[in-house]
Amino acid sequence: MKEATLRVFRGDSDGGQTVDYRVPVAPGMVVLDALHYIQGHLAPDLAVRWNCKAGKCGSCSAEVNGRPRLTCKTRMDDLPQDQPITVLPMKSFPRIKDLVTDVSWNYRVNSKIPPFEPRKGVEWKISQLDVDRVQEFRKCIECFLCQDVCHVLREHHKKEQFAGPRFFVRIAGLEMHPLDGGNRAGLLKDQLGLGLCNITKCCTEVCPEEIRITDNAIIPLKERVVDEFYDPLTMLFRKIRGR
Amino acid sequence: MTTNYETREHDVLIIGAGGAGLRASLEALAQGASVGVVCKSLLGKAHTVMAEGGIAAAMANVDAADNWKTHFRDTMRGGKFLNNWRMAQLHAQESPDRVRELEQWGALFDRTENGDILQRAFGGHTFKRLCHVGDRTGLEMIRTLQDRGVQQGIDVYMECTITRLLIDGGRVTGAFAYWRETGRFIVFKAKSIVIATGGIGKAWRITSNSWEYTGDGMALAYEAGAELMDMEFVQFHPTGMVWPPGVQGILVTEAVRGEGGILRNKAGERFMEKYDPKRMELSTRDVVARSIYTEVKEGRGTEHGGAYLDISHKPAEYVKKKLPSMYHQFKELADVDITKGPMEVGPTCHYMMGGIRVDAETAQSTVPGLFAAGEAAAGLHGSNRLGGNSLSDLLVFGRRAGLAAAQYAKRASASSFDNSQIEQAEKELLAPFSNSGSESPYAVHRDLQAVMQNLVGIYRTREDLEKALVELEKLRVCAAKASVGGSRLFNPGWHLSYDLKAMLIVSEAVTHSALARTESRGAHSRIDHPNLDPIWEKKHNIIVRETGAMKRRESPIEAMPEELKQILAEDKS
Ligand SMILES: Cc1cc2nc3c(=O)[nH]c(=O)nc-3n(C[C@H](O)[C@H](O)[C@H](O)COP(=O)(O)OP(=O)(O)OC[C@H]3O[C@@H](n4cnc5c(N)ncnc54)[C@H](O)[C@@H]3O)c2cc1C
Ligand code: SF4
Ligand code: SF4
Ligand code: FES
Repeated sequence: MKEATLRVFRGDSDGGQTVDYRVPVAPGMVVLDALHYIQGHLAPDLAVRWNCKAGKCGSCSAEVNGRPRLTCKTRMDDLPQDQPITVLPMKSFPRIKDLVTDVSWNYRVNSKIPPFEPRKGVEWKISQLDVDRVQEFRKCIECFLCQDVCHVLREHHKKEQFAGPRFFVRIAGLEMHPLDGGNRAGLLKDQLGLGLCNITKCCTEVCPEEIRITDNAIIPLKERVVDEFYDPLTMLFRKIRGR
Repeated sequence: MTTNYETREHDVLIIGAGGAGLRASLEALAQGASVGVVCKSLLGKAHTVMAEGGIAAAMANVDAADNWKTHFRDTMRGGKFLNNWRMAQLHAQESPDRVRELEQWGALFDRTENGDILQRAFGGHTFKRLCHVGDRTGLEMIRTLQDRGVQQGIDVYMECTITRLLIDGGRVTGAFAYWRETGRFIVFKAKSIVIATGGIGKAWRITSNSWEYTGDGMALAYEAGAELMDMEFVQFHPTGMVWPPGVQGILVTEAVRGEGGILRNKAGERFMEKYDPKRMELSTRDVVARSIYTEVKEGRGTEHGGAYLDISHKPAEYVKKKLPSMYHQFKELADVDITKGPMEVGPTCHYMMGGIRVDAETAQSTVPGLFAAGEAAAGLHGSNRLGGNSLSDLLVFGRRAGLAAAQYAKRASASSFDNSQIEQAEKELLAPFSNSGSESPYAVHRDLQAVMQNLVGIYRTREDLEKALVELEKLRVCAAKASVGGSRLFNPGWHLSYDLKAMLIVSEAVTHSALARTESRGAHSRIDHPNLDPIWEKKHNIIVRETGAMKRRESPIEAMPEELKQILAEDKS
């Protein structure tokens, strides 16, 4: 049987190093299968998150050969076999152990977002067209790969000021819900740091759900914030309404 | 023994953050209870997130003739009348409201031309009944519930595993757990507890289930003295992936057949014509799974030992729109374009019909203060579940469990228990670090999966089941000796050693029950007893712990009221 070498980070918040493991390669095998082989035969204490093994739960994120990916959807035969395959934890989040990182910050950000708020007296009739538009955002599996890759978080560590692409996607889904009456523009501008995004599109490139994060979520939200806060007519209107 | 742990207190503690647990927590919260929710994975990653096809509810948006009575009848027929009829009635009556509620909390379903929730056909359902969002219905459901829960103020304990329920005077008053991240211990005090831990599929080798499905909730309840019911009924879903090896068992949603997918054997024959000419591919899962199995066994299987499932006669755009995740799953994992050619599929262990015995109205188990809902509870589905009836089950009985648990908590005295239980739980949990055995829990797990796959699968015989019991006993000894290395910091090998214990308990319960039921009904097929036996239509198998050992009993099915009997009699087909 063919074999491959996996070079996996082993360590915790105090540090660590990569360790090489030889793994037999079966047809169609994915990187997560290789990690399971290591757990089952070589290192039972290797820490890895996973659930569905089918790209549906967003648990198995890691950086494979330098690229943020779902390990359950990364085929071994798509990677060069003549050199070790490196598997490192997501860099933007604090390490816990091996490939497991502390992603709790994401859950804290999420809890700041006001929920769906149906407009008063709506009739619960929705057209498929409206549904289709919003479903792109609701596909998000919370793998946090976009958060991992975004330089505002990865290089500039602005977790306090910036919510990250995942949550712009969530808010886009709420704001564009055909029956929602809430307004999250102020929150986006003042607390979630939408302005810090300079539209590099790195997030869109890594999204396994192929959500067009920048074009379809972030840019329309930026426009909304502009309309709400910098458009003279709206500003006048807001003054009159007293908010 | 050092007792070193933190303590948290809630009125209601909910174990499990899938659809059932989250719906329960919302209802308990609405009753004014303080609610804690514990789950083994991160929030939003429970099995519910993987559900694809839809939620069954007789909303009659597509087929105007649908109503709760037909849904009730379909459910009872699918379960071969072993269902708790009261649960089947409540489920059929209440699920439309539960779906509407989800929508009011922000869930978005696919629509009809009129702007109502669209419903699709599924096996065993007379009418188009499954409310859905493409093939990612579960994701929509769990996000809606989790976001609402967080907003309403549930306390979530993520990556925390409960290993023991704490008892006081026959009543459940708390639970013991470890944090997966740090390996530290935590004790929960609670006035009532809801178990919503899902199923047991990880005890089989070929399964659609994740690492979480190790039967913990059933094992916890069993150890606390609760009755388990109808444990022999394990659903093998007819269509799991069979190739390549790494993806074996991953689910291919029934929605493929719901949208018109056709099953063929190697020779190109549409073999369901032989097994169920009336319902064909949309027959119930037990029938389709056995049909595929038989085709393969008799030499008419595909190259990799499955059947062909083909949807490529539908327009490619339609397939991509209605089955997007199946399209990607096959494209990325199996190099198959399902808009152009057939998939290869075969049975995979999928769902547990049996579980904790509960009261239909309140979801209370046979132990005071302990409630159960969702896949962990038994009753609604009888001997075979219809597709889509799980997600609706989670909503209907999750809500009922949360309500009853909160009401129970209001009447109950404060939680107290004898601390020696905690010491025992700690000792048990830490044992693998000092065990002498050379085997790792992973090796024992592989052996367990082989036993259940080979001896307690789709077709069963007395001989195999008796052999399985002997093997399980040996494995129990191995598991108790299995050792782990490393530290307590996020150590999956160590985590598995507790999961193994739970899997062994439920595996034994399944095997005992399967051995006793000398008939074939729904998902339970005995080669040595191939027919329905009217005597077995009148009783449930009950598993309970007595003086430290597993005992099996039988319990008569309650007589059905006339009005429900009439609904079943109206069935002309
Ligand atoms: C791939 C797939 C597709 C499916 N599609 C459909 C469908 O289309 N329609 C349908 O009706 N059904 C479907 N089902 C079935 C349905 O999804 C499940 O039966 C249902 O989601 C179970 O929900 P639950 O709330 O009971 O448990 P889960 O959602 O599995 O949640 C269980 C929870 O319990 C927690 N837990 C378990 N043990 C412990 C412990 N010891 N300590 C702490 N927490 C614990 C877990 O962490 C998890 O949070 C599908 C199942 C699969 C696998
Ligand atoms: S487009 Fe914006 S959010 Fe996305 S990676 Fe670039 S800076 Fe970050
Ligand atoms: S938007 Fe895409 S990359 Fe970001 S968390 Fe969601 S699925 Fe992952
Ligand atoms: S394990 Fe669920 S996305 Fe990879």
